[in-house]
Parts: sequence; structure tokens; C-alpha cells
Amino acid sequence: MFGYDTRRVLDGVSLTVPRGKVTAVMGASGGGKTTLLRLIGGQIRPLAGDVLMDGKSVPALDQAGLYAMRRRMGMLFQFGALFTDLSVFDNVAFPLREHTQLPEVMIRDIVLMKLDAVGLRGARDLMPAAISGGMARRVALARAIALDPELIMYDEPFAGLDPISLGTAAQLIRRLNDSLGLTSIVVSHDLEETFHIADHVVILANGKVAAQGTPDALRHSDDPLVHQFVNALPDGPVHFHHPGPSVEQDFGVHGGGAA
Amino acid sequence: MTWWRPSDVGFAVRTRLADLGWGLRLFLRLLQHGASSMRRFGLVRDQIHFLGNYSLAIIAVSGLFVGFVLGLQGYYTLQRYGSGEALGLLVALSLVRELGPVVSALLFAGRAGTSLTAEIGLMKAGEQLSAMEMMAVDPVRRILAPRFWAGVITMPLLAAVFSAVGVLGGYVVGVLLLGVDSGAFWGQMQSGVDVWADVGNGIVKSLVFGVAVSFIALLEGYEALPTPEGVSRATTRTVVVASLCVLGLDFLLTAMMFSI
Repeated sequence: MFGYDTRRVLDGVSLTVPRGKVTAVMGASGGGKTTLLRLIGGQIRPLAGDVLMDGKSVPALDQAGLYAMRRRMGMLFQFGALFTDLSVFDNVAFPLREHTQLPEVMIRDIVLMKLDAVGLRGARDLMPAAISGGMARRVALARAIALDPELIMYDEPFAGLDPISLGTAAQLIRRLNDSLGLTSIVVSHDLEETFHIADHVVILANGKVAAQGTPDALRHSDDPLVHQFVNALPDGPVHFHHPGPSVEQDFGVHGGGAA
Repeated sequence: MTWWRPSDVGFAVRTRLADLGWGLRLFLRLLQHGASSMRRFGLVRDQIHFLGNYSLAIIAVSGLFVGFVLGLQGYYTLQRYGSGEALGLLVALSLVRELGPVVSALLFAGRAGTSLTAEIGLMKAGEQLSAMEMMAVDPVRRILAPRFWAGVITMPLLAAVFSAVGVLGGYVVGVLLLGVDSGAFWGQMQSGVDVWADVGNGIVKSLVFGVAVSFIALLEGYEALPTPEGVSRATTRTVVVASLCVLGLDFLLTAMMFSI
């Protein structure tokens, strides 16, 4: 369970992320998906309940333990969060330089390999301001896998991408997961691409796990909420209108007559 | 309207105390990371270059004009009592004791402090600090501490430049324009300025100002709301809070140093 100030964002969420698989967490915007990633990464602590990674409780760790655990995780932020004062090369080299004593020649080789994996070996000398949003996210991905993590978390990797970049990003997530033996968590609301690459899908709604299963099972589910989500219907169990005063109260209309 | 209600007052006091504790903890962490910053001196060196080098022009030009004005004002006042030769002493003491540390700290807050606040605030807004935390790199150690120590090191150097240029300014006006005897100008200065009591205390002042201004700039940036208004408000607050802090501390330090 987790809440910001007085608002509960996640309540009674229980889910398991299988090792070596791509797990997608889906749900409406503002539904607590990013919050879930921050809980896993230990950036925020739950009010109640626990987050276990590899059998160890994340909220119970002290700062040193948390940092040790984070070295085994990679996270891709929604807009990449590249360091704007460093070049593409230096961005990817950053975690290597901070955490290892490797000689510069070896760092160069590792960085170029990681950039090659995301297809941007040629963009090494550019500054973050000079590359597109899709490229920035791929650079951030190269940076996230620089230290060969076991778990990688993607926060909205598809938001705001053109169709080509979107397809590239999706393929990249799948390919890296399989070739590097990663465990991936993808937070997204892009139905098509996510269902395409995920092994396991969790749908969050109203701060709870509404449904989970393989993409195929969810596509054919007759749960009304899953049905609304998968078919992108505007109204259903998740309401179109934000809760508030009724139309009658706000506009002063009574029973269909003019005010 | 209801600020006097006990529960609201209590809430406000508690919030303030929490903020204060948070700031104090950040300060202690910055001090604690001093050793590790010095071990990776490259990071501090880059910041000294950034903060110091780019502030040099404004510091030097201001110092020159302050020196000019001191030369003029001092000469006309001293002349009235027939002691125009003491001009060198007057210019040097005012600069080394007061104007050097204080004015350069005020300029430093406006020139370097604001850029520190904006940089940290924008890094926060762009999730760069979060990304760093997720890479198991402590932003306080990697980003804030080198900037803090660079500010502490830079401040006395800038104050020294300010005072030196100011003395030259006083020389230009006093000796070259108004005809004070050159030997008297330098001789009075040499015999009247004490290394420890005057220059030393001036350096202590500017070190304290360096700590205060750098810390305020970093704190404001680090706790800025990650929005355009948040960063702009934090930048303004840096100038206001740091300037007031410098002037207040200057009074306290002067009272302590020169009254004993």
C-alpha cells in the first residue's frame, strides 16, 4: 500500500515479476504505475507492505544496501533523463566511471558495445540537446545496461514516439531481455506494442491489480474492466468523468428544463 | 485568517522544523563528503574553473570601481584634516576588512550562486538527479559536494582579487590623479595593515561567506519544485537569502573580530 500525503495511490497491490521475462504493467495515466517502479527501486517507501527483490526486502535496506541493490537494477526514465552537460559517450560511461576502476580504453570498448546494441554507435559525440526524443531514450537505455543489470525497469518507453521509433524501442526491449538474460518491467499504456512484446501483463486500476495474465488470455477476457481497457472504450468500469459534483448541481439545471 | 489557531501554528512550526532539520542534514552531508571531493579533485577543479573564472570579470571590474570611489571619497575627507597621505591605509583597510569579502560575496551570490541553483533545480526537474540515484550514485556526493567545496575555495580567492584590484584603483585615483605622494601611499599601507588582524580576518570572513552562499545556492536548487516557476523562484530566493545572510554574518563577524 502506498499513498502520497492523503491520497492513496496503490492499495493492496500484490504481484510477482518472473525472472527472465518481460512483465508489462498497464493502466490509466495517474494510476500508480510509475509509483510502483519507484517502490521497486527504493526511491520511496511503502506505508505498509513489502517489496522483495531476489528474496530481500527493499524498504528495509539502509542507504548502502539500497545502493548495492540498485547496482543490479537499471531504470529508463520517461524522457531519458540524460545528463545534459555530458555527451552521449560520457552519459553511457558515467555509471562505469562511478562504479568501476576500469581503464579508459576498456570503458571506451564497453560504451561503444552498449551504444552499438541500441544502434547509436555513430552518435557518440553528440550532446543530448542535439538528438531526438527517441534517440535520447535509446542512449538512456544503453546507459541503463552499462553495468549489466539483472533487472531493468522502463517507465513509459513508448510515450511520445513516432511509429518507427516506437517499433524500434519495442523490439529493442524484447531483444535485450532475451540476449542479455534480463528481467524487464515495462510500464506503459501503449496497448498494441506492449501486448506484442510482453510475456506477462498486469493491469492496474483504481490502485489495485485488476487483472493479470498472458497477453492472449487478457485479450479474450470477459472481465468488464479488462474488456474496456483492451478495446480502448471511453466509458465502462473506469469512468470518463472525474468524480465531482453532478451536472445538475454545476449547471443549475433541473430535470432537463432550462435554468 | 486562521493562522493563530493552535493546530495551524503547530503545523507551521513542525513544517519549519522539518525543513530546518533537512537543511542541516544536507549541510552535514556536504561537510562529510569533503574528503571524498578532495580525492576526486578533478570534479572540484572543474567547478572552481566554472564558478571562479566566470566571476572574475565582474569581480575585477567592480573592485576597480570601488577602489576609484574609495580613493576619491577618502582623499577629500582625509584632506580636510591634512592627512591625505593616509589614503593608502584607508583604501587598503576598507577593502581588506570589509568591502573585499562582502561585496565579492554579494556579487558571487548573484553571478555564481544563481547559476548553481538553476543548474541543480533543472537537473532535478529533468529527473537527472533521480536517474543518478537509480544508478546508485549519490547526487549529494557526486554533484553537490564538489560544487560546495569549489565555492568555499573560490570565495577567498575572488575576495583577494577584488581587494588587490581595488587597491590599484585607489592608487590610480589617489596618486596618479589627485597627487598623493606615492611613497606615503604605499608606506602607510605597509605599516598600518596587519597580516593577521586585518588580512587574516578578511580571509576568515570570505571563507564563511563562501560556505554560506554556496550552501544556500545548493539548498535552494536541491529543494526547488521541479517546475519552471519552482526553479525561477528558487533562483530569486538564492540571491535574496544569500545576500541578507552575508550582510548579517558580516555584522556578527565584525563584532567578534574587531571588538576583542
